[in-house]
Amino acid sequence: MNNTEIVKAGLQKRYAREKRFQFYGKAAVMSGFVFLIFLLFDITTKAIPAFSITEIMLEVPMDRSSLELPTETNAGIDDEALASINYAGLVKKALRSQFPEVTKRKDKKLLYRLMSGSAEYELRRLVIENPGLIGGEPLSIWFKADDDVDTFYKLKRVTSRIKAQQVEFIETLKTESRIRTALNWDFFTNGDSREPEQAGIKGALLGSFWTLLVTLMVSLPVGIAAAIYLEEFAPQNRLTDFIEININNLAAVPSIVFGLLGLAVFINFFGMPRSVPLVGGLVLSLMTLPTIIISSRAAIKSVPPSLREAALGLGASHMQTVFHHVLPQAMPGVLTGAIIGMAQALGETAPLLMIGMVAFIVDVPGGVFDSATVLPVQIYLWSDSPESAFTALTAATILVLLAFLTVMNALAILLRNYFERQR
Amino acid sequence: MQQKKNETASPNLDLGGFESTIGENLLDDAKISTRGVNVSYDDKQAIFDASLDIGRNQVVALIGPSGCGKSTFLRCLNRMNDTISSCNISGKLELDGEDIYAKKMDPVLLRARVGMVFQKPNPFPKSIYDNVAYGPRIHGLARSNAEVDEIVITSLEKAGLFEEVKDRLNAPGTSLSGGQQQRLCIARTIAVSPEVILMDEPASALDPIATAIIEGLIDELRQNYTIVIVTHSMQQAARVSQRTAYFHMGRIVEVGDTSRIFTNPRHEMTENYITGKFG
Repeated sequence: MNNTEIVKAGLQKRYAREKRFQFYGKAAVMSGFVFLIFLLFDITTKAIPAFSITEIMLEVPMDRSSLELPTETNAGIDDEALASINYAGLVKKALRSQFPEVTKRKDKKLLYRLMSGSAEYELRRLVIENPGLIGGEPLSIWFKADDDVDTFYKLKRVTSRIKAQQVEFIETLKTESRIRTALNWDFFTNGDSREPEQAGIKGALLGSFWTLLVTLMVSLPVGIAAAIYLEEFAPQNRLTDFIEININNLAAVPSIVFGLLGLAVFINFFGMPRSVPLVGGLVLSLMTLPTIIISSRAAIKSVPPSLREAALGLGASHMQTVFHHVLPQAMPGVLTGAIIGMAQALGETAPLLMIGMVAFIVDVPGGVFDSATVLPVQIYLWSDSPESAFTALTAATILVLLAFLTVMNALAILLRNYFERQR
Repeated sequence: MQQKKNETASPNLDLGGFESTIGENLLDDAKISTRGVNVSYDDKQAIFDASLDIGRNQVVALIGPSGCGKSTFLRCLNRMNDTISSCNISGKLELDGEDIYAKKMDPVLLRARVGMVFQKPNPFPKSIYDNVAYGPRIHGLARSNAEVDEIVITSLEKAGLFEEVKDRLNAPGTSLSGGQQQRLCIARTIAVSPEVILMDEPASALDPIATAIIEGLIDELRQNYTIVIVTHSMQQAARVSQRTAYFHMGRIVEVGDTSRIFTNPRHEMTENYITGKFG
C-alpha cells in the first residue's frame, strides 16, 4: 500500500473517534446544563411565595373618641399625644367591628392573631405623617397578615398553626373581598426580623455591599502591586522563590482558617469591633489576595516583550514601561482575576461566621463600622428558622445572591471587552 | 539511475587563522566608538573582541549571515541587552567620549540619545498621535500642548507619514499597514530628537514598495542623525550606507567604504558572503 492508501484506510477510524469525542463533550455540557436548569427551577419555585404578601383590609375609626383624644374639635394635638395613641387597640377595634359576632375571649384572641405585629406600627406611621386624618372618616387600610395566615392563604396548606376558627374568618374575609396578596416590597426594604412577613434582606444586602467594598479596596491595589513587584522588579533569588511558593499555597488554604486568623489578629490583637464589614472585608481580602496575585502575574507575563522593548527603546524608565504600557495591556486578565476573586468572596460564609457576622442584626448598616451580616450568612440563619415562611425567604435570598453574582460577572465581561477594544 | 554529482560543496565557514579586523574600522572623532567588545549569553560567547567606530552623520551597515552577532552588537550600543539577565558585556563602548556602561550613565538618558527601530513594527496600542507624542511627553521636551502638536507633525513629516495619516491622527497605531507602522515607529523615535538611530533590519518585514520608502527616508535622515543599520540584504546595504562592516560568527571581519567592500573585498569570507556562496 502506498502512503495515500494507508492514510485513507485510517481516516474512517479517525473521524469516528472525533465524532465520539464531540458527542461526549456535548453530553457533558448538556448534563451540566440540565442540572443547572433543575437547580434554578427548584429554587425559583420555592422562592416565589416570598415575593408576595397577604394583606387584610380593615376599617380603622379615626374619630377622636375612638383615639381616646379630647373631643373638642379645636384642641391641638402635640407630637407626644400622637405617639401615645393606642394604635394596637385601634387595630383590634377594627377587627372586632369587622366580626361583630365574635364574643368569646378565646375566639377574640384568634381573631387578633390574624394580623401581623407590624399592623399597629403601620397605622402609627400613617397617622403621624398625616395628623389631619384625625377626626375624619374611618380609613380603609390594607394591613399585613400574620405569617401563618400568609402561608395558609398563599399555599392553601392547612398547618397546625391555623385553627379552624381562623379558617372561617379568612373565608368570610374572602367573600367580602377584604383579603388579597400583594407584592412584598418589604422583602427588599426591611432588615431582618423574627416575624417572616416583616423580614427583609436590605440589611444583608447592604452588609454584603460594604464588606465587598472593603475587600475590593484592600485586595485589588495590594494584589496588583504585589504581582507587578514579583513579575517585574523582584530579583531572582531564594527569597522571591519562597514568597512565590507561599502565595501559591495560600490560594489552597480553607477559608475558615482565614476567619480564625481574622479573629486572632484583627479582633483580639488589634481590638477591632466584632461583626463589622471592615473586619469582614479585611478577612475576605486576605482570602482573595492569592487569587488576584496569581492571575495578575499571568496577565503581566503574557504581555509581549516587543511592547516593553518599544517603550524602553524610547527612553522610558522601567516604572514608566510597566505603568504606561505593560499594565494597561494586562488589564483584561487582571480584571478577570479580580472579579473571580470578588465572586468567591461574595459567597463566603465560614470565615465571616468566625468573626461574628452571624448575630441577629435588625438594623441596616450605614457604613463599614456598623454591625452587619452578609447574604450567605442570612441564608444560613433563615434556613435554620422553624417558621415555614422562612423557606420561601431563604430561596428568594439565594436568588438575590445569584443575581448579584450574575451582575458582577456581567460587569467583569463588559470591562474586559472595553479594555480589549482599547488595544 | 545516474545521479549528477552535486557540484556546489558545502562552503567552508571557518575563518582560518583570522587575527584582527581588516580595513578601516577605527576613526578619529567618532560618534560611537567601541574597543574590544565581548558579549556572551551565560557560557555561549556571541561577540569576540569587536572594535568599530561609527562616524558622525554617517550610515553604517552591519551585514553578515544569520546568527553572526550583528543584532547583539547593535543592542549593546543602547544598552538594550540590559534587559536580558544572562547577557554579559565587556569592553569599552563610548558615545561622544563617554563610557556607555559606566555606573553613572543612566540607560534611560542614553536611550533618549540613541533611539532604536525594531525588525517587527511595534507601535503602542494607542492612537497615532499618542504614539509619537509619548517620547516627548515623558522626557518633558514640550512645554505645552501646542508644542507637542508641533513635534508630532514634524516627526510624522520627517518620517514621510504625515500626508497619509493627517486626518486620522486619533486612529489606533495598530490600524496602519506594515510599512506605515514601521514609519510610525521611525517617527516615534525621531520625535525624541536622538543623536543616533539604531535600526535592526527595519524593512525585513515589509514589501518592496514600503522598503523603498524606508530606504529613501534613511537617506534623508542621515543629514541630521547618525544611523547604524543591521541588514540581511546586501543590496540594501549598498543602497543606503556609506560604510559597511561584515560580521562573521561573532567577529568583525572587515570594515570599509561601502563601494569598496562590495567591489573589492579583501577577506575571503567577505567575498564569499557578498557573492552569495553562503548566508
